Amino acid sequence: MSLLRTCIGNLELERPGMVASGIMDETGDSMMRMIKLGAGAVVTKSVGSVKRDGHVNPSFIEFPFGYLNAMGLPNPGIDDFKDEMMIATKAGTIIASVFASSPKEFSSLAERMEIFGASAVELNLSCPHAKGYGIEMGTDVKMVHKIVSTVKNTVKIPVYAKLTPNTHILADIGKAVQDAGGDAVVAINTLKAMSISPEFAMPVLSNRFGGLSGPALRPIGVRAIYDLRSALEIPLIGVGGICSWRDAAEYIMAGASAFQVGSAIASDINIFKKINKGLECFMKEFGYSSIEKMVGAAHE
Amino acid sequence: MNDIVKITSVKKESADTKTFEFKMDGKATAGQFVMVWIPGVDEIPMSLSSTGETKSITVKAIGEATKALHELKKNDNIGIRGPYGNGFKTKKKDRILVVGGGVGIAALIPLIRETGADTVIGARNKKEVIMEDETKKYSKNVWVSTDDGSYEYHGNAVQLMKEKLAAKKYDMVVACGPEVMLYYAHKECAELGIECQMSLERYMKCGAGLCGSCVIDGMRICEDGPVFDCKQISKLKEFGKIKRDPSGAKVSL
Repeated sequence: MSLLRTCIGNLELERPGMVASGIMDETGDSMMRMIKLGAGAVVTKSVGSVKRDGHVNPSFIEFPFGYLNAMGLPNPGIDDFKDEMMIATKAGTIIASVFASSPKEFSSLAERMEIFGASAVELNLSCPHAKGYGIEMGTDVKMVHKIVSTVKNTVKIPVYAKLTPNTHILADIGKAVQDAGGDAVVAINTLKAMSISPEFAMPVLSNRFGGLSGPALRPIGVRAIYDLRSALEIPLIGVGGICSWRDAAEYIMAGASAFQVGSAIASDINIFKKINKGLECFMKEFGYSSIEKMVGAAHE
Repeated sequence: MNDIVKITSVKKESADTKTFEFKMDGKATAGQFVMVWIPGVDEIPMSLSSTGETKSITVKAIGEATKALHELKKNDNIGIRGPYGNGFKTKKKDRILVVGGGVGIAALIPLIRETGADTVIGARNKKEVIMEDETKKYSKNVWVSTDDGSYEYHGNAVQLMKEKLAAKKYDMVVACGPEVMLYYAHKECAELGIECQMSLERYMKCGAGLCGSCVIDGMRICEDGPVFDCKQISKLKEFGKIKRDPSGAKVSL
């Protein structure tokens, strides 16, 4: 048995690292490429009911400690995304990220993704930079409960909710996901942030604010997973600033059964191979016979 | 990285094309590009037309962002991110034929400067031939084609390239220009068994290898490219046929 095998509820993965939503997952071919490069699964770009171009550039800024982006949920719409899913699902486990402005719209998108062959659906309740979507619904406990339960009543595949760190009630939102029958919580999405150009006396991003990702986020994400593990029974998927096997191990020991990598893919497309190898070495050296044995180890 | 730079000179190349020079720290190599921010308008990828301490971009006014850039004067500020991308990889002993179509020649100037390679410049007509004098400064053999025959060789850049490849032994073709030109140039190189490197273009958001908006068959133009070799291009099903719009939807080329 592979040392790296992990289970998120009843979804089994050969490797615990997934490509986070929004990174190299807009097309079938790029998702296939990431699976071949060692990702255990790929979460798709967030897809909505209709085509969206996203925000006008600049939609991205680099810092020494991470990235700031406001892509604005660009996607070709659920109908056109079918072609990409047909290619991607042949290559491996694809988790479909969807965004919507109502529980009904969420469930109809999830239903389509299930038909397209998605192994699970990830509800985007946390995008910080698209008006009317993501964070605006994902910080309302009642709304989160309604969205998750509506989707759960519609599809048979597991339903995950991706949550935002831009709140002081993360554990309450997590509980709402669990109470509504959600199969796992994914945390965290980007942190709402801004950068201003003094020369032009204006924010650099066309959307003014966006979401911060990358290494700066990691301690915040690890803490979020640690808190959620204390509050919830359902599996957790950790995401935020993972660049190495060590970072991944932190999330697992905080309580995550699997993890996602986003920003680090930019500078190293082979990151999953490196993380897999490093994690395996660590597990052998420190006597962990499975990922499951590591999950939440920091709580004991 | 992100930088605000002052434009140090503006040079008119033709009726609709200008070169903007600016000082920017950091090393850049031939074939790399930068993301250019025109505040309040847009941010677009532009190949560097010089890569020393003084760097430059050569811009044809075709859309909103490029037209806004053309309004800028010496001492105006612009935002620059980068440089990004892999650039051309050539060896000193390579006998190179450079082929630049339209404003594509600008991205090849740094390579021509380094290697002194023979060069084919293609344009639709005499008025659109740019950077011929600049190219002649570094390259002994410069040939120009115009589609309408209004200047020098009557025909397109690929036809002229074919003639030059038949007349003299070259190890490699390096090309930049409209994708239809690159498509036929690549086809020719593949058939003749000549190595080639071509700089490709797609709609781009992050420019840094992250978002995947510029992919062609899963390869990122910004990070895996923009320069691809003959073998890599042969594997691209979308090359010369399909591009993606800002939403990621497929569009016929």
